[in-house]
Amino acid sequence: MTWETVIGLEIHVQLATKTKIFSGASTAFGAEPNTQACAVDLGLPGVLPVVNEEAINKAIMFGLGIDAEINKVNVFERKNYFYPDLPKGYQTTQLEKPIVGAGNVEITLKDGSSKTVRIHHAHLEEDAGKSLHEDYHGMSGIDLNRAGTPLIEIVTEPDMRNAEEAVVFAKKLHSIVTTLGICDGEMSQGSMRFDVNVSVRPKGQEALGIRTETKNLNSFKFMEAAILKEVERQIDVIEDGGKIIQETRLYNGDTGEARSMRSKEEANDYRYFPCPDLLPIVIEDSRLKKLRAEMPEMPDAKKARFVSEFGLNEVDAEILSGDQATARFFETTAKSSGDAKLASNWVLGEVLKSLNANGTAISESPVSAEMLAGLIARIKDNTISGKIAKQVFEALWNGEGKDADAVIEKKGLKQVTDTGAIETMIDEVLAANAQQVENYRSAPPEKRGKMIGFFVGQAMKASKGKANPGMVNQILKKKLDG
Amino acid sequence: MAIDASEIQKVAHLARLSIDDSQVEATANTISSILELVDQMQSVNTDNVEPMAHPLDATQRLREDVVSEVNNREQLQSCAPAVEDGLFLVPKVIE
Repeated sequence: MTWETVIGLEIHVQLATKTKIFSGASTAFGAEPNTQACAVDLGLPGVLPVVNEEAINKAIMFGLGIDAEINKVNVFERKNYFYPDLPKGYQTTQLEKPIVGAGNVEITLKDGSSKTVRIHHAHLEEDAGKSLHEDYHGMSGIDLNRAGTPLIEIVTEPDMRNAEEAVVFAKKLHSIVTTLGICDGEMSQGSMRFDVNVSVRPKGQEALGIRTETKNLNSFKFMEAAILKEVERQIDVIEDGGKIIQETRLYNGDTGEARSMRSKEEANDYRYFPCPDLLPIVIEDSRLKKLRAEMPEMPDAKKARFVSEFGLNEVDAEILSGDQATARFFETTAKSSGDAKLASNWVLGEVLKSLNANGTAISESPVSAEMLAGLIARIKDNTISGKIAKQVFEALWNGEGKDADAVIEKKGLKQVTDTGAIETMIDEVLAANAQQVENYRSAPPEKRGKMIGFFVGQAMKASKGKANPGMVNQILKKKLDG
Repeated sequence: MAIDASEIQKVAHLARLSIDDSQVEATANTISSILELVDQMQSVNTDNVEPMAHPLDATQRLREDVVSEVNNREQLQSCAPAVEDGLFLVPKVIE
């Protein structure tokens, strides 16, 4: 039987505010345990929440970024359950009236086709603290620094049909929230966490199969692996005559193992009710108008502009417009070098390769956009060849000079374009390889094209790569063919 | 609408309230009478009335995103039953 996979996602996005959603405690990452958990975050008696304006603004910006309806009247509700990392005994969240209504996200798949993933809604809520299960004399440790960090939970429709679509969508969402500046996008720090709802059904069947939810995946790689594994498990269970149970599952990215999380009987009885401590939040038109005016260029618009303004192809434009920092790096390089094609090649090539190899963020790149533009300028004016340029890039990466000119000067890499000097060098190469010259001249013309490569290689080697390759080719041909 | 003893026990468990077995029946009766009052109110016609999210006819004031709380861990943890390495300690919760 052919099976079809159906995937829907719930994504928790930490909003990049300085303070918590309901208190003035800092949200900075990496602080000592419980040093950023104030009386409100701890849910001590008598405290009252006060809503952070910036959390509201950032949630609205997400809605504007996906062309969704913004709910003008917002109500916070209490979702009641007991867990030690939730000190109040309830999570303050939204249910009936989420701040962001239905919207759409366009994705481009590897084969170039595009697809729309519908967003059901996105609501505002607070994050919980963290439980540390190392052994503290048979007890668990609780750090509540994260408690009260503002989140939006984005809920998609079950529109994705395989792991690739889910990952492409997740990356697009990452691009949207980082472009908007509403989230720092640091997945390893938990700034974006994915819950994956997966079910399978016989191809052609309309009714959805029973789904399972795998929670808290914090990397694209883990998400893909978890989906593939779960799809395989579900198909195995059904083909062996079993039934899928609706359950919550955990996936361990380090071991690649997945298991069922024992769910409590009353797990879904959250007894929501409107939070009496918070009045309804009314979003005025003036606020929407102001935020609309502050919206940055979204990835789709940027991609279209990179194609029309710089003549890039769709694939390159997609990658370069994917995140704000990469887009800015490319655009600065393209503008200051005046050559968008070379800028695109270099950013997509050496720059991203070096960044990936070193695990460096593009904003921390040792070779800045200006330095790269300077290097490209020297390729364009024939001071250096593309091959030498890679050496210069490496030297710049390793901090061996403040700009391309300094490295070229210091290392004596300036391209030799003096015809006399190249001729002398070629004469030496030909004299040293008399036998090969003989062979070449006795070979039929159609074989010579390949054979000349040997001499070009020798000449380039003799010049330590500095001779202009075009000129070497030309002069060699003239000398060999007579 | 009446509520029976088993529902009282379930709700009490969800709210982590301890109700003595001898009290369950009486509690069920008390709460049932409150629910009866709610039933009476339900009979009022509320067509075209917007549900209220809050009894006050006011809207929430918002706060600027500025850090106002300093680290007060020592004092805040002074009432905790068990603390180590700055963490609150609780009975083991891993599932």
